[in-house]
Parts: sequence; structure tokens; C-alpha cells
Amino acid sequence: MSDDATIGMEEIATEALPLDAWHRARGGRMVDFAGYWLPIQYDGIMAEHLWTRESAGLFDVSHMGQMNVDGPDVAAELEKLLPGDIIGLKPGKVRYSLLLDEDGGILDDLMVTNRRDHLFLIVNGACKWDDIAHLREFLPDEINMQHLDEQALLALQGPKAVDALARLGLVPVDGAPAVEDLSFMEAASYLWDGCPLDVSRSGYTGEDGFEISVAGEDAEALADALCAQPEVKPIGLGARDSLRLEAGLPLYGHDLDPQVSVIAAGLGFAVSKRRRTEGGFMGEARVQAELATPPAQVRVGLTVEGRLPAREGAVIFSGDAAVGTVTSGGHAPSLGGPIAMGWVAASHAAPGTVLSIEVRGKRLAATVVAMPFVPHNYVRKGVKS
Amino acid sequence: MSRYFTDEHEWIDVSGDIATVGITEYAQEQLGDIVFVELPAEGKTFTKGDDAAVVESVKAASDVYAPISGEVVEVNGALEDEPALVNSDAEEDGWFFKLRLTDASELDGLMDEASYKEFVAGL
Repeated sequence: MSDDATIGMEEIATEALPLDAWHRARGGRMVDFAGYWLPIQYDGIMAEHLWTRESAGLFDVSHMGQMNVDGPDVAAELEKLLPGDIIGLKPGKVRYSLLLDEDGGILDDLMVTNRRDHLFLIVNGACKWDDIAHLREFLPDEINMQHLDEQALLALQGPKAVDALARLGLVPVDGAPAVEDLSFMEAASYLWDGCPLDVSRSGYTGEDGFEISVAGEDAEALADALCAQPEVKPIGLGARDSLRLEAGLPLYGHDLDPQVSVIAAGLGFAVSKRRRTEGGFMGEARVQAELATPPAQVRVGLTVEGRLPAREGAVIFSGDAAVGTVTSGGHAPSLGGPIAMGWVAASHAAPGTVLSIEVRGKRLAATVVAMPFVPHNYVRKGVKS
Repeated sequence: MSRYFTDEHEWIDVSGDIATVGITEYAQEQLGDIVFVELPAEGKTFTKGDDAAVVESVKAASDVYAPISGEVVEVNGALEDEPALVNSDAEEDGWFFKLRLTDASELDGLMDEASYKEFVAGL
């Protein structure tokens, strides 16, 4: 009985994050994740998952890397390392992007926020040290990078997240909108009880919600205040994984890695239109080649018949021919059955294609479906989509 | 009837030469929400320590070993429709399979309830 949650490769002692004692006091079952102690669950993954979908869940994602980047032409300099439109990213806006290596392989996926006088990056916890080294190697010396390793990061996710957060009475800083008036992928700064909070309307569950960067020493008070709201319960990493899987969102280190290219991963939306035309980013050749000639293997979603989950590493078949591999899969609590994400030959990637997945010698019938598996529930300008 | 426990967190009820096997309350608690149980075929014979069943929780798959040697005479079909029975009633209705014992002396080294409680308390 082991927890398959350790994706960190560091041989160093597992570290405590600012909310360590807070999780333990609330009965969080702590596991090593990317080199940090984090709760895999509190009451149970299924209950936590469903609670987040119908109300609001508080996730501690303080293991992720947060950094400020500034300096002369910082947006143009960062654009040399990722395929997104950063120059065109307006103040207060957030964009999903990818760090690519010279061969167009994905080193990490990340969020970039334009905070007016600097850019703010959030990268994956397991990749952050490599990311920092990569950025430092390729960004000019005039660009400053500040790793905000004293900041905690909390994600409040779910349809009632906005009600709970609005009730805290956050005071907008510098003409920022009220927190409930932020749209999906917008960010602003607030004061809560004198504590500075940097809030974006974003997340990793497919639900409406917020990600809140807060000083480590203020994190407990904020977590307490949020969990005192009737809508909010603390949620562990287990439900975070099942929620993001249902939302069709890839997990770095599983669905994405340096062997994987942007277009094959179905992340072409992260290559902004201007960047496709103008180019000028690391790994561009592979992106352009795959835009011209579609890749042989692509990332797809699959629903699996029956109840037996098909997990990472399971081989996908069409008839007797192996055509792909599952990269993440498991039970989908909101759907009541197993789902999976994986790589299949492009010729078998059309939605509706019937395939099978081998689990312990059994072939499970599976059907390619469009993702997300559970519709996204983001709040966009003027509409709730 | 006597109940035995293993350090792999399985329980065994022995009645005559028939042993009913399941996982303990502690084991289900550790596994979390169970979504699928793969049971052995009736008639299959195991040597103590063989992989006998697989429990799939939301987060991972875990093997259940044959705690003693024997032939499978019955499996708990109720788990097919309701795998969560293992969570709600691990030590009674959530049983996995029944074995016809081939070597009752294998029971000798196993724990009784009090020793198992002590064992779990020390984990």
C-alpha cells in the first residue's frame, strides 16, 4: 500500500511548507510530494472531489515555484524561451504558457501574470529548480529573477469559491476591481486584514476559483478565515489530481515531459498567433514543423467501460495493434467511472474511436472522447461559461 | 470460529477447513475510497504469499496476498457492484474470498486481534 504521489527526485529531506502544522491539525494525511509534505487527503478523495465540484475547496499548492521577473524588455526576453504572447499580455492578465527546450520538448508548463512593473511566474514544484536554472542560463544578466520562496500559494476552487472569498472583504490595491469582479485569467492585488494578497481567477480543477499568493507567515490566518466559511473545506492532493483529470488538464511529469511536443500535446492554443508568424522562441522549429505536418501521436481523452481504472503506463490497443499509452488515468468521481488521458497514433485519435486498454492482462473497452470530461465552469467577461 | 490477522493487514476467519479473508479496518482506512476489487476465480489455488486480489482505490492499485495456502471456494460477488463495501464494512460484509485450507499449521504464526491492535498502534 504505497502512495504514488512522489514525483520529486531530490534526495534531500522532505521539507515543511508554511501550512504544515495546519494540515496536520486538521487530520490531513501527509505525503512527500515534490520534496514537500503535503496532504494527500483529509476525509477521503471522493468526498473532497465532489465537495469541490459543488461548493468550494481550499488547496495548498505552496510547493509550486513563484517568481518575479523584471528588467529591460522583460516580456520580449521571456518570449525567447516560451511560445506565448507575453508582450501582448495586458496588465492584470494571466496566460498559460510552456517552457520549451532547444528541441521543442516541454520543460514545464507555467502561468505568467503581467503585474505592471514585473512579470510573475508560477511553475510546477517538481520542476522549479530546473526552471530557475534554465531561465537564469538563457535570460540576459540584466533580467532580475526573484524566487519568492517565502510565499505560500493557496487555491480556492469551486462554484462557491467566489462567495467565500468575497465575504472576506478584500480591499483592492491601486484601483483593482473587487475580487468577485475579476474574470477568468485576470489578477490583482488586495489587502486582507493588513496582509497583502496577490489573487488571480484561475485554477487547476476546471471550476471557477482563485489562486492566492500570500506571505508564508500570513497563510495560516488566511486558511483559517477561508475554512471558517461554510462553503469551504480543505482538500488534498488526491482530489486535486482527479479534478484536473476530469477537467482534461495535463499534469507535468505524467502527461507532459521533455519528450513531448506542444502540438502533439494538444496545447497549440498556448502558441499565440503572433508567435506562430514571427517565431523567435526556443524550440520553434519543432512547433512549426508539427503545425505544418501533424505529429504521429497526439494526446487524447478516453472513457473506459466498467469500473476497473486504467492507470499511467497501461498500453492502448486498436484490435491487436498497440497504438498508444495511458499517461494518467483513474476513477472519475463526478462521472462514476474510469477515465484516462494518453498518447495514441493520430490515425486513432478521432472522438468516437473505439480502442481497448490492457490492465493486468484484461482488455478494457475504451472510447476516445473530446476533453474536458467534465465541462469547465470558468467565469469569463460578461458570461459564466 | 477464530479470527487471525497478518502484518499485511488482512484478517482470516477460520471455520473448519474454510477460511474467509478480507482486509482490515486499518487497511481500508489507509487505502481510501475503493472503486474496484478484482477477485480471484473460484477453483484457483494459492500458496501463502501469492497475489490473490487487487484493490483499486481512487489513488492507486494495491495487491492483496493470499495470507495462507488454499483453494478459492467462494468470492464476495457483492463487491463487484459495491466495492465501497470494503470501506464501509471491511471486517464483515466487505470480505474478499473464502479458501479451503491446505495447511492449517500456517495459521500458527499469525496474530490474534489483541496482538494486531498492538501491531497497528506501533505503526
